[in-house]
Amino acid sequence: MSMTTPRYGMDHERYAWSLMERRAPVRWPGGRPLALWINVSLEHFPLNPRGEGFKAPGSMSMPYPDLRHYTLRDHGNRVGVFRVLQVLEAAAMQFSVAVNAELALRYPALLQRVQRVQRGHSMGAELVGHGWNMDSVHHGGMDEATETELIQRCLAALAPYSDAPIRGWLSPARSQSALTPDLLQEAGLHWCADWVNDELPYLQQTRSGMLSNLPLPLELEDRFIIGELGHAESEYADQVIDAFDFLLREAQALDSGRLLSLSVHPWVIGQPHRIKHLQRIVNHIQAHSDRVFNATPSTLLAAAVSSP
Amino acid sequence: MKAEPGLYPYWPYEGRPRITWPGGARIAVWVAPNIEFYELNPPPNAQRKAWPRPLPDVLGYATRDWGNRVGHGRMMRLLDSLGIRGSVSLSTAMLVHHPEVIEMAAQRQWEFFSHGLYNTQYTYGLSEEQERRLIEEAMAMIQQHTGQHCDGYLAPALSHSEHTIDLFAEAGGSYTCDLFHDDQPTPVTTRSGRRFVSIPYSLELNDTIVYVVNKVEPRRYETMIRDAFDRLHAEGETSGTVLCVPLHAYQASHPHRIDALARGLAYIAGHDGVWFATGREIAAHYLEHHFDRAVQHIADSAAAAARR
Repeated sequence: MSMTTPRYGMDHERYAWSLMERRAPVRWPGGRPLALWINVSLEHFPLNPRGEGFKAPGSMSMPYPDLRHYTLRDHGNRVGVFRVLQVLEAAAMQFSVAVNAELALRYPALLQRVQRVQRGHSMGAELVGHGWNMDSVHHGGMDEATETELIQRCLAALAPYSDAPIRGWLSPARSQSALTPDLLQEAGLHWCADWVNDELPYLQQTRSGMLSNLPLPLELEDRFIIGELGHAESEYADQVIDAFDFLLREAQALDSGRLLSLSVHPWVIGQPHRIKHLQRIVNHIQAHSDRVFNATPSTLLAAAVSSP
Repeated sequence: MKAEPGLYPYWPYEGRPRITWPGGARIAVWVAPNIEFYELNPPPNAQRKAWPRPLPDVLGYATRDWGNRVGHGRMMRLLDSLGIRGSVSLSTAMLVHHPEVIEMAAQRQWEFFSHGLYNTQYTYGLSEEQERRLIEEAMAMIQQHTGQHCDGYLAPALSHSEHTIDLFAEAGGSYTCDLFHDDQPTPVTTRSGRRFVSIPYSLELNDTIVYVVNKVEPRRYETMIRDAFDRLHAEGETSGTVLCVPLHAYQASHPHRIDALARGLAYIAGHDGVWFATGREIAAHYLEHHFDRAVQHIADSAAAAARR
């Protein structure tokens, strides 16, 4: 047995150890205590997954051809997404749409609709890279050239549908190789949402510069709470509302800005029996809108960086 | 392999000598925050994989790191508001990696006990000598960094050998949290015959068991804490009981969960007849006032049963 000798800080070089409560407080624009980021993930789960690295949650799980899960996921892109957009647009929410790039080739009409959302909002809904598809997870067994090509291919496929250069990235299943942040930064991206280890944006070190990490908690996702934990949809909404209330209270008590990031999946929350619970969440947020800074992720990040 | 642990004889709950707690309390309540370090690239163990995904398992690692960056401070503020001191189940590598967190706990007069070096380094596969060295070094680290004698042990990630508890007793420990066989302290039989006791750790109320294994909703966790307390508080009228609330900041401190914990603990704090103590204080009181009588009663009961 070799006894590991601990050292101060992290056990890797990706980012510095930092206790959130010892950082200078974040001040959001307008003196609002709570920032809100809503991300909508549009995902494609192939019928014939290779499962290289591992199978992302939500992948096919029955013998081929698993029409059951394929079509349930596809429902999100055909039907569910329009329900989600309706709820968010009616409330004039700012949000991002993280897209598996293969959807740009498969369903251009969906991407055109997302582009219209960007143009319809004064500040724009932001398009975010979300890998190629849910069967293309970035993982430690991937070689650098393959992963570099994969990232380039994703950004190239999405570029025609984004009015601004794409700045942000969410890896499928939040999975990375040891090089993913380096390659994302070298591909010109400014931020990544894979690491769930904080509640505020922070900087990661890459081999050629810094990359921001914008936290998007797994454990408050619709897919996680409803799909993996099996909680009722009403429970999901209760938990999001509890998180909102708690963070707003903590931000005010500690006089330090907080961020609530919500990740929703149209293939989960866009089902007819679930969408009203997203509506309830949005209603709750709107009832406190004077204390909420709702913006697209790149706008939030810029505000955090320039925070006085 | 043995058919049973051999660490305690059968000893029926009814008919035991009465346990009394300081101040005439019916129930001793202790809150045990686990303060842990999980490695990004842990040494491989033949019997247990540290991470479900290929390395680097960014999601699993970041989930735990969130507790260290964000969660501990939030939990400490909650326990402060209720006047509760924690008993820290400590990955002793944290003393070196993140001493700021340790200082925050030490300032609050919290107890530190050993939970191994890293929660990604298991007991499985160690020789007896290697395990002895690991146990002794962790205890020495606690003494060196906090000035506290390490009295308690919860094996890292609940990984045990047949010798774990013998070795901890021989190293000078006085209580274990690794046995879940009882709701009262009980004497533990070790090969050295030292005075050594098991303190109930209430594993079924451990937030990781609750949220990860049993996938419980936060509000139900509050109910579970209240119900367990009500029952043990009632039974404590006859003979003192113990309730532990074992916590992990990376689970219970999430914004969608912490208010449920707060309500559960506030409910307990609102009752009379509660002794909020640390693990060490419960063990010391039991060893001083109840241990010898318990050992005698166990021997007498066994002899009486054998005579039938």
